[in-house]
Amino acid sequence: MESVYLLIPVSVLLVFGIAIAFWWSVRSGQFDDLEGPGFRVLMDDNPPKPPAGAGAGAADVDVDADKAGKV
Amino acid sequence: MSGTQTTYNDKVVRQFAVMTVIWGIVGMLVGVIIAAQLVWPELNIGPWLHFGRLRPLHTNAVIFAFGGCALFATSYWCVQRTSHVRLWGGPLVPFTFWGWQIVILLAAITLPLGLTSGKEYAELEWPIDILITLVWVSYALVFFGTIAVRKVSHIYVANWFFGAFIIAVALLHIVNSMEVPVSLTKSYSMYSGVQDAMIQWWYGHNAVGFFLTAGFLGMMYYFVPKQAGRPVYSYRLSVVHFWALIFTYMWAGPHHLHYTALPDWTQSVGMVFSLILLAPSWGGMINGIMTLSGAWHKLRDDPILKFLITSLSFYGMSTFEGPMMSIKTVNALSHYTDWTVGHVHSGALGWVAMVSIGSIYYLLPKLFGKTEMYSTKLVTTHFWIATIGTVLYIASMWIAGVMQGLMWRAVNADGTLAYSFVESVKGSYPFWAIRWLGGVLFLSGMLLMAYNMFKTIAGGKTEDAPVMVPAGHHA
Repeated sequence: MESVYLLIPVSVLLVFGIAIAFWWSVRSGQFDDLEGPGFRVLMDDNPPKPPAGAGAGAADVDVDADKAGKV
Repeated sequence: MSGTQTTYNDKVVRQFAVMTVIWGIVGMLVGVIIAAQLVWPELNIGPWLHFGRLRPLHTNAVIFAFGGCALFATSYWCVQRTSHVRLWGGPLVPFTFWGWQIVILLAAITLPLGLTSGKEYAELEWPIDILITLVWVSYALVFFGTIAVRKVSHIYVANWFFGAFIIAVALLHIVNSMEVPVSLTKSYSMYSGVQDAMIQWWYGHNAVGFFLTAGFLGMMYYFVPKQAGRPVYSYRLSVVHFWALIFTYMWAGPHHLHYTALPDWTQSVGMVFSLILLAPSWGGMINGIMTLSGAWHKLRDDPILKFLITSLSFYGMSTFEGPMMSIKTVNALSHYTDWTVGHVHSGALGWVAMVSIGSIYYLLPKLFGKTEMYSTKLVTTHFWIATIGTVLYIASMWIAGVMQGLMWRAVNADGTLAYSFVESVKGSYPFWAIRWLGGVLFLSGMLLMAYNMFKTIAGGKTEDAPVMVPAGHHA
């Protein structure tokens, strides 16, 4: 089973890599807010067709309506 | 290269989105042809159109051409929107598109010619393998370069999934494609015998895990909330889902080699890791579906949401079926039968294709300056045709597979086999015909999509959207 001599080191290296990525993401505050990002993604898009000069307004209204519906 | 730093690079998304539909039709058409060849063997015409050569063409076309283009399109769209910045990388961006199309074209030429390295899902010969590596490294540079110059501190969960998919596929491709060239069109694997089998299925299963799962989960975590207009059910769970999945995925491969020359302990390790995978998989599936909690009515008249949510149901189904089939005693019945083929297609048609189709339907109008698809009714029709096609496919393969497994293991009182192999082939014919019909339905759905797509594109504007300032962001 010589193939495990390749696969196990590769996997161990990978797990270390993942662990470093995890450590970095926790330390750098990626997971400090676990509610906001879910909402923010709904607001970071251009509205499908902005009603003359409304800008980002259309998308925001949509989101607010949904939030209200959930409560 | 039009536009300035103030717009998103939507051109490349447009290109990949359109090619997703085109390659979907090509790949599924080849699938329908090989399904027909099993029912009507006379259709095996000449060496070039023989089942043995068309089958890898089908798998490569649907996984890497259709699925690959869908992943490029959606990840490029998602990473720009969630990072509030134009794609980084300049000329590398069009290179990923054209390079990938050349890889697909070369596959479509070399595989029918019989030029293959014989490794499942990695059949392409060494020059193409090198081109794949170059495209993939460029893809990684563009994706992570864009993340690096992002305007918000948080990296949205979908990007984590896309990022893991890109890194893992690079690693898998390089390790598995280590080969010794003997000519321009022929090479031999660096590994041999059971070592080669182990490396191959370490690659093969993780290709399923990272190409066909992690990447498409990224798609799910962006497009389900967007189409539903609601945040994902639990953002916290999505983060747990990500880390749990990538920490545990890598060792499920040996379940493809149960009862082979692979040492028994390796098979058992593969089985245990496969069973563990059920937990993160279902966590993600529930998280996606429950995003609609309190807004189930949206499913009633939104066919795009129907596609996305149904894809998650199939994801849940196949990630339950997979661990069950990895249990050795179940595998003793299912291995080498059509049950495996059915399982793959429950994931491929039900999950991968449906989540891609839903996401592309979401993107197309936005990419071409429209508010919605040319015909929402056709999208609904597509949804039902695709669902019925998938169900016919899976159900017929379950029956055929279990029947084959039972016939192969049946023995008479004196220990001789109760059935010859050809009797199980004969018994499978009606189910192969049903499977072919399921495939025809799924392909027809894709043709409707292409018609709808070209009608949507006609007269549309292809202006790149301006980069938006992050909303309500705090560091």
